[in-house]
Amino acid sequence: MTTDTDPVLAEDPITGEEIELPADVEVGEIIDSPVTGTELEVISLDPVTLEEAPELEEDWGE
Amino acid sequence: MRIGILYSRIRRDEKLLLEELRDRGHEIEKIDVRKQRFGLESTTANVADLDLVVDRCLSTSRSLYATKFLDSYGVPVVNSPETGDVCADKAKNSLALAEADVPTPATEVAFTKEAAMEAIESFGYPCVLKPVVGSWGRLMAKIDTRSAAEAILEHKETLGHYEHKVFYVQEFVDKPGRDVRVVAVDGEPVAAMTRSSEHWLTNAAKGGTTESFDVDDRALELVERASAAVGGGMLGIDLMEVGGEGSGEYTVHEVNHTVEFKALTEASDVDVPARVVDWLESKAEAFAAESDGSNGDGSGDADADEVVL
Repeated sequence: MTTDTDPVLAEDPITGEEIELPADVEVGEIIDSPVTGTELEVISLDPVTLEEAPELEEDWGE
Repeated sequence: MRIGILYSRIRRDEKLLLEELRDRGHEIEKIDVRKQRFGLESTTANVADLDLVVDRCLSTSRSLYATKFLDSYGVPVVNSPETGDVCADKAKNSLALAEADVPTPATEVAFTKEAAMEAIESFGYPCVLKPVVGSWGRLMAKIDTRSAAEAILEHKETLGHYEHKVFYVQEFVDKPGRDVRVVAVDGEPVAAMTRSSEHWLTNAAKGGTTESFDVDDRALELVERASAAVGGGMLGIDLMEVGGEGSGEYTVHEVNHTVEFKALTEASDVDVPARVVDWLESKAEAFAAESDGSNGDGSGDADADEVVL
């Protein structure tokens, strides 16, 4: 049984390594792969799934 | 309050908002705009019973269309599509500021290389060429010579999106190595910071360093007028000091409508997310009162069965 303080672990889709996410991680949040620095997006929390985040688009911004 | 967060990715800014909203016990509907469909009468987005939707789309195009559709269903949304339409386009932005007599850098728009070159030559060097749609200082060019102008215009005319053939030429403002970003809600400053850089672009996104800034009376007046000029909302108003640092005289070069504030929360002592949520609560109440007032004809009220596909 997981508690709120247990680390959230997920597989880095690029390297296959297990990486630790912030306990309050959100769906849609962006995590920088500690190994490659690639932007990863949290796709789901049950199970915790990461995907490579979409590339920057020209009309992104404020 | 039941509030929808319209997003394409959850950044630090959205996390700060979500935390504050949850702390206050508000119900949150996270709406990933990439997964939704928007029809002429209804949408897959679960917006039917929301008191308010906050547009936090990173993509300008998605922001503009999604808020336009939500607004058409009678779903209360901030910022409004009208504000987004003006803020997302630098030419419309400049026109709105000028029409409201808000000092803003001299600007010309041209549609051909030849006409753009005339504008550049009339401003003299250096001057600035910006994409009409764009942010974070991307694709902005400070043009120091005629040959540079010719090359850049050639590239813009040849490469990329048709919008790059809308040449937005602006005088170069010799600012004191910094500009000022004020985040405001309906013209009322929440907090402000300066963004400093050796580089002529001072965006925090480009590595500009930030410091808290006390909004003086003149800046406050310009923030109020600039906000009103674009239709109000939660905005990032960018000013440059003219006449040197601390001169107390400004020009407003841009108003941003999906404003980021993580840099501001670090630079300022103000609890920005809390102030923003205060404002969201007041907007939800205002929309509810408006909707109650207009319930005679049901307009402006998103009934559950009408909105969802």
